[in-house]
Amino acid sequence: MRSYPPEIVAEAVLNGLLTGAVYGLVALGLTLVYGVLHIINFAHGALLTLAMYGAFVAWSVFGLDPYVAILPLVPIFFALGYGVQRFVIGPASRGDDSNILLVTLGLSIVLENGLLAIFRSDTLSVQVPYAMEVVELGPMLLGFPRVVGFGVAFLVALVLFVVLGMTDTGRAIRAVAKERTGAALVGIDVRHVYAVTFGIGTACLAVAACLLLPFFYVNPRVGNAFVLVAFTIVVLGGMGSVPGALLGGLFIGVVESLSGLYFGESLGQIGIFLIFILVLLFRPTGLFGAKA
Amino acid sequence: MLEVEDLHAGYGLTRVLEGVSLSVGAGEIVAVLGSNGAGKTTLNMAISGLVKPRAGRVRFDGRDITGLSPPEVMAQGLIQVPEGRKIFPNLSVRENLELGSYRRAKPNRARNLERVFATFPRLRERVGQAAGTLSGGEQQMLAIGRGMMAEPRLLILDEPSLGLSPLLVEEMFALIRRLHADGLAVMLVEQNVAQSLEIASRAHVLENGRFALSGPAAQVAEDPELKRAYLGL
Repeated sequence: MRSYPPEIVAEAVLNGLLTGAVYGLVALGLTLVYGVLHIINFAHGALLTLAMYGAFVAWSVFGLDPYVAILPLVPIFFALGYGVQRFVIGPASRGDDSNILLVTLGLSIVLENGLLAIFRSDTLSVQVPYAMEVVELGPMLLGFPRVVGFGVAFLVALVLFVVLGMTDTGRAIRAVAKERTGAALVGIDVRHVYAVTFGIGTACLAVAACLLLPFFYVNPRVGNAFVLVAFTIVVLGGMGSVPGALLGGLFIGVVESLSGLYFGESLGQIGIFLIFILVLLFRPTGLFGAKA
Repeated sequence: MLEVEDLHAGYGLTRVLEGVSLSVGAGEIVAVLGSNGAGKTTLNMAISGLVKPRAGRVRFDGRDITGLSPPEVMAQGLIQVPEGRKIFPNLSVRENLELGSYRRAKPNRARNLERVFATFPRLRERVGQAAGTLSGGEQQMLAIGRGMMAEPRLLILDEPSLGLSPLLVEEMFALIRRLHADGLAVMLVEQNVAQSLEIASRAHVLENGRFALSGPAAQVAEDPELKRAYLGL
């Protein structure tokens, strides 16, 4: 292992934090759906891929900058997620968890192959003028798209935090997460809350997709790479914990960045899964003390 | 107010209720007694819409509410405080109470919150605390307070005295009497026979999914059949 001057290490840590925030956003949707519906959404990766193609089409066909595309894509993907849960996953699963697993898995296969049929397996990317721009922070150079991604991811997490904590809809979501019967008896439509939660999770993916696209490529399987990392983050942060997802995302981003620096770019993800295995062995409830 | 007519309900192949009929009038307390497994909770769930009845009718204020969803039932003012409290453990006391008016009586939320705090000063002391950290008695107060937030016209209380100390049980029955004195109709579902019969005007004893005994509370209390039906002797 080589040793690096401290500013190089600091830069790697900072870049890791920036990327990690977007990882956290992907994990946020996954952990929210798990925490409320108690299901693992295997279609999460495919939905992220779909959102990235959505942002790509917005740019290539409509000439929308990926950051501007957030505005139309968030409501579209919220509605998509709402509909998928309300009219596909919910009715098809009949309340059986193993059915939900299969339905979301099936959904991901349909989405991925649909995208493959439409866009072929070519790797696509957008050209934006700011892709290579950097922000100087002292001696460190940070990629502009990553800085934006960090800021927006935090903003989304903050909005989500406020919605969950301060609005009746947010309280209903948290109530349903722990006590479905009690929620139904105070007049909460549990199926509606499930669908809203799934919609929020999918909307998070739409934001993440738009943040990733300026510095990442898209192909029909791209979402899987992120979701594998997101699963790690969700376990690390404690299943169902919103702040855990964000902190876990930052942590994983730094781990990936540092192991990339020390082991070489192609081995960057080894560090992530090493940590994942260690956490499963020693802290199965997650690093950030999730409540049972 | 509430009329239940020949209600049948069950789960899968299990039949739990096999033809139950009862009524609760305005301002009345009606007790439904019975041992564990007699079908008391299933009766409540079938009335509240958590379980779809297989046959029979439930009417509230003359309106047929058979098979409506729980939110639709509670929107009419038929509020259930369920067995086991079913409060939201991860939410604060205030949030629990506020969600009580999620669908009904929302404009009066602030006023009703004050009313609940006046009834249960303990809840005011614990307003910011997560509900899961409350004691059993406090959780029961919270469950009833949450029900009161929806301005019930008829309150179904499922085992409100379960798991409470004798002193708290006394307090609970005193409270039910007070709610009743304010004009609230109550369907009290209890295992606690003596105290329930003391405050109820009429009573039913549920045994194996049917009413083994029905009548004015004083008369049910004297009936030798009560001991047999209730204890299964």
